[in-house]
Amino acid sequence: MDIKAIRSEFPILDQQVNGKPLVYLDSSATSQKPTPVIEAVNSYYRLNNSNVHRGVHTLGTRATDQYEGAREKVRAFVHAQSTEEIIFTRGTTTAINTIAYSYGNANLSDGDEIVLTPMEHHSNIIPWQQVAKTTGATLKYIPLQSDGTITMEDVQATITSNTKIVAMTHVSNVLGTINPIKEVAKIAHDHGAIMVVDGAQAVPHMKVDVQALDCDFYAFSGHKMCAPTGIGVLYGKKALLEEMEPVEFGGEMIDFVDLYDSTWKELPWKFEGGTPIIAGAIGLGAAIDFLNTIGMDNITEHESKLVTYAMQQLATIDGIDIYGPEKRAGLITFNLVDVHPHDTATVLDAEGVAVRAGHHCAQPLMKWLQVTATARASFYLYNTTDDVDRLISALQRAKEFFGDVF
Amino acid sequence: MSFDNLDTLYRQVIMDHYKNPRNRGSFDEESLTIDMNNPTCGDRIQLHLLVDDDIVKDAKFEGEGCSISLSSASMMTQAVKGKSTKEALKMSETFSDMMLGKEVDTSDMELGDIEALQGVAKFPARIKCATLSWKAMEKGIDKE
Repeated sequence: MDIKAIRSEFPILDQQVNGKPLVYLDSSATSQKPTPVIEAVNSYYRLNNSNVHRGVHTLGTRATDQYEGAREKVRAFVHAQSTEEIIFTRGTTTAINTIAYSYGNANLSDGDEIVLTPMEHHSNIIPWQQVAKTTGATLKYIPLQSDGTITMEDVQATITSNTKIVAMTHVSNVLGTINPIKEVAKIAHDHGAIMVVDGAQAVPHMKVDVQALDCDFYAFSGHKMCAPTGIGVLYGKKALLEEMEPVEFGGEMIDFVDLYDSTWKELPWKFEGGTPIIAGAIGLGAAIDFLNTIGMDNITEHESKLVTYAMQQLATIDGIDIYGPEKRAGLITFNLVDVHPHDTATVLDAEGVAVRAGHHCAQPLMKWLQVTATARASFYLYNTTDDVDRLISALQRAKEFFGDVF
Repeated sequence: MSFDNLDTLYRQVIMDHYKNPRNRGSFDEESLTIDMNNPTCGDRIQLHLLVDDDIVKDAKFEGEGCSISLSSASMMTQAVKGKSTKEALKMSETFSDMMLGKEVDTSDMELGDIEALQGVAKFPARIKCATLSWKAMEKGIDKE
């Protein structure tokens, strides 16, 4: 991987922040966007902007072709069987809410169980809390080991014949834990439950094959994988999606509309009410092309090297707590002892280093870690070992700084 | 931004309040209790006020947060003690303006250590940390 060439595709990285060259270590929150993605959105608006699936004019055809072309790129990228299984949404949150409101509310009732883990992002907890309130189902959590992983024994013990839905993150946005989705899906299916996967932190960083995982639903966001904000994907098995009702009704998603009743379009459009996120989808298509040119396996390997190096370097700092398992995705969550993560992040920012500080939309997990907040450095294809070195020296400065005042 | 600016943000006095918070705890007697949190970062504060006859007789706080939010809470409880509720609300308004970088007239109030927080105005991401306990105080007095 030619990092210099890759970095030159990300114009935003070439700037000074607070007088220092920017080091962007917050890609788990949102990734930066490469020129081909910016250009794709730009040229769509400059040359082809039009509404899709209506109108007979040429621009309408171009916009429709590009929009549906992006759907095929997504299908191939996650290896779904058909484009009927790829629904464009606003992001992971909307995708999971769609499953919860449509599948969850229709198929669950009193006595049924929804199984989660405490490492879920709020967007994979709250929709299920709402389903539980509506249907009378109960929530159950697979306990975490002290390193922030789950065991198959606990998965077996938690999922029962009453379980109807197992919802789990593929990669934890805080711990970096990579969950054994395929194995959990098998157990879920053995008990007649469906498997829902939050893939927001996985798809940008590793090859994902929804058929190999045999999950029933898989949700992810474009903006964490070099695409614009406001576009995401809900993958669902066709047989399930066909049985489900839409959650948004109106234009675009209808077949016939009568005064008192209506019928829906076929998949995937019945779930895409209203004018869709056309430019966003085209941007996502361009992002997939960009990532494919580099190769997902290369990206995974690059991040793995960076995280290994960063872990070695962080170990040289006295008084740092690091959370999460040994084998982790490309992110590290940590706290300097006796320094609140906001304060750490402010000092890092003064050094041009952007990290996340807060609860990472994972309050139950913060409680489990017995902290109120943490700092997080997350890596992507454009980060370098120099970025890690800058992080380490900025952390040293933060320690000096707070060491002095205390 | 340099370390000079950071020094402005984290002046000695702020660090002193962070490390040795004044009025931390709760009252034995019944008090007005307000919970306030900053949902974006997880900071949370529980403020206890003893208000009698429109006077803030005493104030204490509990909670967790960064140096800015906790030192601000510590300073706020010191500042409002003995003040009328009207004065306390006026002070909060002045403090909010100060955080927004506005020119404020502080001639008729004793801000004391609070002026040390002026540097926060230069760090927009941290203003909410500084105003958390003040918002709790306003909410409590409004309730009263």
